[in-house]
Amino acid sequence: MAPLASGARTAEALTERPTPLAALRQEIAGRRTKASDLASEYYARIERKNPQLNAFLSLTKERALAQAARIDALAARGDPLPVLAGIPIAVKDVLVMQGAPSTAGSKILQGYRPPYDATVVKRLEAAGAVLLGKTNCDEFAMGSSNENSAYGPVRNPADTERVPGGSSGGSAAAVAANLAVAALGTDTGGSIRQPASFCGVVGVLPTYGRVSRYGLIAFASSLDRIGPFAGNVRDAATVLGVIGGHDPCDATSVRAPVEDYAAASDKPAEGLRIGVPAEYFAEGLDPEVRAAVERGIGALKEAGCILKPVHLPHTKYAVPAYYLIATAEASANLARFDGVRYGYRSPRSETLAGMYSHSRDEGFGAEVKRRILLGTYALSAGYYDAYYRKAQQVRRILAEEFLRAFAEVDALVTPTSPVPAFRLGEKTDDPVSMYLADIYTVTASLAGICGVSVPCGATPAGLPVGMQVLAMHLRESTAFRVARAVEAAGV
Amino acid sequence: MAEKVTVEEVQRVAELAHLQLAPEEVPRMRKDLNAILDYVAELNELDTAGVAPLAQVSELGDFSSELRADVLVPSLDRAEVMRAAPESDGRFFKVPKVIER
Repeated sequence: MAPLASGARTAEALTERPTPLAALRQEIAGRRTKASDLASEYYARIERKNPQLNAFLSLTKERALAQAARIDALAARGDPLPVLAGIPIAVKDVLVMQGAPSTAGSKILQGYRPPYDATVVKRLEAAGAVLLGKTNCDEFAMGSSNENSAYGPVRNPADTERVPGGSSGGSAAAVAANLAVAALGTDTGGSIRQPASFCGVVGVLPTYGRVSRYGLIAFASSLDRIGPFAGNVRDAATVLGVIGGHDPCDATSVRAPVEDYAAASDKPAEGLRIGVPAEYFAEGLDPEVRAAVERGIGALKEAGCILKPVHLPHTKYAVPAYYLIATAEASANLARFDGVRYGYRSPRSETLAGMYSHSRDEGFGAEVKRRILLGTYALSAGYYDAYYRKAQQVRRILAEEFLRAFAEVDALVTPTSPVPAFRLGEKTDDPVSMYLADIYTVTASLAGICGVSVPCGATPAGLPVGMQVLAMHLRESTAFRVARAVEAAGV
Repeated sequence: MAEKVTVEEVQRVAELAHLQLAPEEVPRMRKDLNAILDYVAELNELDTAGVAPLAQVSELGDFSSELRADVLVPSLDRAEVMRAAPESDGRFFKVPKVIER
């Protein structure tokens, strides 16, 4: 059996870099490794490490091992193997898998077994992936630390006293600890990119509409996106190539052809024009994060990129606009959880109205209620223009500011987060300070553009730092090329 | 800073959202909503007169999608959907009685 992790590690180390998926696939195609053995090895590691991390909420062993057996049968016959043949992948628990628990990190969906598969789940399995199980996340993907999960927080493999980021904290931690070779997350305001940066893995925000949202338990429909985590840029690009593409089940999914992102990521970044927005390096940026990101920018210069200072003066309005729009949409989307069709129904259901309100009060956690209340308030008569409409106007200003920048540059680089992973409990009492954790990620969410968070060194204490690479709608290939150059430099 | 949201307003919004807040939850929610609303008031610094609201990024450019043909296609299996319901007779969702007589 081939070694599954590269580099010398102590037995206690929680962080462990997965072997690149192309190498694993070669092992399986060459019948040197069986997909079934690989899956069992991952399950054994999950059993060992998950009690410390709480990254997985449930495992889909039967389905995974059946898929692995199919791959082994293909390999035994010498048939050509699909691109993700036998690759162990984890799925955030806001994405549905038929018959498997899908809680969205909420008590209100405890015990729910969805009757269908998300499009991304179908596409991964059609490409040969072995889906190991469902990962922990903030309740309904609402949070920046994974502390809002009804099933307990996830811990950061780099330092278990610290948060993994959120909301896709379980997916990020799973890849960082090599409990999966890749994972799916979702990103509404930074929920893939920020945990990727906190855990030291690659996380991708695809263009809005690039990946079908069918089967995603919705948070804010005009902002929600599904994207991959992986241990390296090329693997993340490979997974995006599998899950991307038009889907008749999602009217917002785009028809533009899916590029060969993995091949695109092999192209040198030389000659690309890279914008460095001053507003992302202003007050509030941790000096150690700044130093790491500046080293990354230096590496891009070394790689032959043309660096240009740019200005995005409205950036500071993105977090307030985002929280009004996202909560307004959430208040509508979460109206469906009422104790009628699925999930939790309160025993205090004497009347219909009482059934709704008791089921929701007992089923939702505090942050979800807070956001439903804020969104309902922002949409209510008398406040709609002042809050919701105003935020949508600011959304257009922010989006057009990006479009103007992308007339001058091919990509923008920024820190992914102003700070490295913070301690558990550090921000839970102050929602505004928690919301400010998203300050560098929400603007791209509002504009629908794509991006990658790529590991970019660490603080002197060893906490991972991420660089965010942003590119124009549907220019994922450009973002991957830039991210690859940062990765190759080994900042 | 003046408190924008009163206890009565928290209760009214909770009612609109079908949330039965426990009495001890109300003060905390009120405090948090006021803090968040103070913070988002920053948006008022911006003059947005004449700016069209942007609800969906597909309005921005040429990467938008198109609607599918309006034809009937098979949907989810009813029996499987009903199995996920807290209470069902296999064909319909069951809820507490709505009309008194």
